[in-house]
Amino acid sequence: MSERFEQLLAERSRLDLPGAGVDWVETIRNENARRFEELGLPTPRDEDWKYTNIEPIARKSFTPADTGESLTGRDLRAIAIPGLDVHRAILIDGHYSPTLSNAGELGDGVRICSLAEAIDEQPDLVQPWLGRLAAEPEHGFRALNSAFLQDGIFIWVPDGCRIDTPIELCCVQHGEPEETVSQPRHLVVAGEGSRLTLIERYVSLHDKRYLTNAITEVFARRNARVDHYKLQQESTKGYHIGSWLIEQHAGSHVMTHNAALGGATARTDIRVRLDGAHAHCDLNGVYVLNGRQHVDTHTKVDHCVADTSSDEFYKGVLNDRSRAVFHGRVVVHPDAQRSDARQRNKNLLLSPDAEVDSKPQLEIHADDVACTHGASVGQLDDDALFYLRTRGVDEETARGLLTFAFANDVIEKFELPRLRHYVEHELTSKMFSIDDLEEII
Amino acid sequence: MSAVGQDIEKLVKREYKEGFYTEIDSDTFPPGLDENVVRAISRKKEEPEFMLEWRLKAFRRWQRMEEPRWAHLRFPKIDYQSISYFSAPKGERPKSLDEVDPKLLETYEKLGIPLEEQKALAGVAVDAVFDSVSVATTFREKLADAGVIFCPISEALQEYPELVREYIGGVVPAADNYFAALNSAVFSDGSFVYIPKGVRCPMELSTYFRINEMNTGQFERTLIVAEEGSYVSYLEGCTAPMRDENQLHAAVVELVAKENAQIKYSTVQNWYPGDEQGRGGVYNLVTKRGACRGANSKISWTQIETGSAITQKYPSVVLEGDNSIGEFYSVALTNNMQQADTGTKMIHVGKNTRSTIISKGISASRGQNTYRGLVKIVKGADNARNYSRCDSLLIGNHCGAHTFPYLESKNPSARIEHEATTSKISEDQLFYCMQRGLNEEDAVSLIVNGFCKEVFRELPMEFAVEARKLLEISLEGAVG
Repeated sequence: MSERFEQLLAERSRLDLPGAGVDWVETIRNENARRFEELGLPTPRDEDWKYTNIEPIARKSFTPADTGESLTGRDLRAIAIPGLDVHRAILIDGHYSPTLSNAGELGDGVRICSLAEAIDEQPDLVQPWLGRLAAEPEHGFRALNSAFLQDGIFIWVPDGCRIDTPIELCCVQHGEPEETVSQPRHLVVAGEGSRLTLIERYVSLHDKRYLTNAITEVFARRNARVDHYKLQQESTKGYHIGSWLIEQHAGSHVMTHNAALGGATARTDIRVRLDGAHAHCDLNGVYVLNGRQHVDTHTKVDHCVADTSSDEFYKGVLNDRSRAVFHGRVVVHPDAQRSDARQRNKNLLLSPDAEVDSKPQLEIHADDVACTHGASVGQLDDDALFYLRTRGVDEETARGLLTFAFANDVIEKFELPRLRHYVEHELTSKMFSIDDLEEII
Repeated sequence: MSAVGQDIEKLVKREYKEGFYTEIDSDTFPPGLDENVVRAISRKKEEPEFMLEWRLKAFRRWQRMEEPRWAHLRFPKIDYQSISYFSAPKGERPKSLDEVDPKLLETYEKLGIPLEEQKALAGVAVDAVFDSVSVATTFREKLADAGVIFCPISEALQEYPELVREYIGGVVPAADNYFAALNSAVFSDGSFVYIPKGVRCPMELSTYFRINEMNTGQFERTLIVAEEGSYVSYLEGCTAPMRDENQLHAAVVELVAKENAQIKYSTVQNWYPGDEQGRGGVYNLVTKRGACRGANSKISWTQIETGSAITQKYPSVVLEGDNSIGEFYSVALTNNMQQADTGTKMIHVGKNTRSTIISKGISASRGQNTYRGLVKIVKGADNARNYSRCDSLLIGNHCGAHTFPYLESKNPSARIEHEATTSKISEDQLFYCMQRGLNEEDAVSLIVNGFCKEVFRELPMEFAVEARKLLEISLEGAVG
């Protein structure tokens, strides 16, 4: 089933990849190419892919995307988040665009640049971190990304440095020609006591069929604070496979917010290693699906040492023939005493043809812990609907309001007001045909 | 280390009082498994031809299957050729209790299951299965008066072949899974229960399974059919001698409940769990499934799992009839090196079907306890409702407690709720009990019992008392 992807792998030789001939870079590539050949693409027989069949992806012959430098600032205006002041880094079809990006010079030793450039020019900064969290690929897609190790963003925040303005990392699919694959690879190192907000977006300018296969490695060092947003807004025909691999050191705090809005088939892996005392991670997420969308969110939080905590909260709304998969695993390792883990997953099933599969999991190997999880699947509350109707709200609006309120539990945790409004807008315009709903809200 | 911590260390001692061996002449097949063994078992049981065909078909399927390894369990590969597939006390099957070998009666007496009717627990009929055969069934006449059939399945195959043929494999198909296929090929005995239309079974039915011989496996098969509007409560218990070798127990239980019928199935599983180092113990790999075939039917599973080195079972209910109800109440305890991967599956097919899952896992010492469950709502199951609650209690720092629920819903009117918690006995709770004058062991016992109360409440009264005692023995020296 992976033959076409093996052909894709062979195309590496014709590409101009960064760090060619440099030992440590080639080692990562070759090791992962070998692992891909062993692993192949995942199938529903793999427990972690039980509910997500990627056969439609495997059947296609994707070719690596070229550098799409034909875009202008005007093309990008349509996808900007209104009123949000950001340092912007733009990737077109997986390649960093220096002309469209404006995040270069921040002073204080902060680096926001192309990963390809950083590999060539500042290997001493990159080498200790790159690939550390992806060393043992869990599935073929991750191995494939590392086998190319092509381009993406490199963010380096020195110790004690605070970046108050958010960084927007925009991965734009130009989508010409059809059936290209882009494999962005991002690396974020937040130094001790630093502060960083990153908005990672996957957007498409056209409704074309393509594959994004991304990996983001994030290191939050001692007492660092990282707010990480992901907006997955791929085209309705696009395929998205993304991995967030996060390592947290003592006293660090990472907030991840994940909004899955687009894509035909989309899968997001989030892996968090809590590797120092008093490290804390929040995982918030919402998926709002319609049509024939299939979105799979697969999270795993490892409490590796004592006195760590995590709080996970995911909500989903399913319409039409869509299907959502939620897998959330919390592992408390031996001796990780006083671990505190909470996890909730709630789903609203609005259509007789939609399906949801939820798999919350606790794996506990220490005794002094407080771990809980809860999951539910249901529909709108009849009493609440009735109440709104008695107040003169028509049925469609009443349903819209209640559905919005359900999803908004997650969105209101977004700390940037402009971003929150943007996502609320995207969500309501996707879900409802009612013009005045936004006004009511 | 705190006082509580020390008691936790102390707590990991236990005694297995059912671990004795009965010296009795037996007729045991040499170890090994091939078609001839399957034929020989069928011949021994004087089975009708269709049964042999069925067994052989299952055996051929089994040979092509692979032993499943997806559970959260670690144990060495089972050598199926080193097991003996049939063992029975010598001689003809006794026609009545008077003919039963006194040694056997003594064995059951020692286990607290007196088979003489005058001594037996009032209101409980017992089928005693010793290795591969049923040695006695009590209160048969009284049950026959009510029209209830309660007998060894081997006997049912001779006396009511058409009835067995109609239902066997109907809920758990012969090749359902690896262990079910093995069981279908080589099952030796078990109980058959048939409750006719409109009958409320006048007494509790119970089967007591005992493994006695070395190197034997026990493969029993239980089939319970409850016709329209009937009711039956059934209980099984199990024990085995202490040995350094592992023994295999691969049973199949099938339940069929028709319109308005109710089946209540309770298990107190106390197979030999192995010693502190994990030597010996029974591998308990069991398939249990019930089908609510008719409207308004109900199947309820209650299990107290304190024994076995390895336990893997998921008593399930397929809710086919509209308004049918499935329930699963479980207490699973793993101490020392015991491992359990257990839970349930609730498959909602009919409209307005409801299911409840209450699972309490207790892990002590180096035990590994896993809850794994599936709640599946198919497209047509309008207004299906599920509530699940899985709590785990950890005692000591080397054990593990894991919760792996699977929720699948394809119907927008269905509601599923799942909650789980994992924690240890809090020092506050212990302190409160102890300042009221309880010693630590009693305090822990009280707290553990409170933790399990929701499940014990579901057991028939006599067994609830026994289950509580069993838990105390199993935890002796393990909690503060």
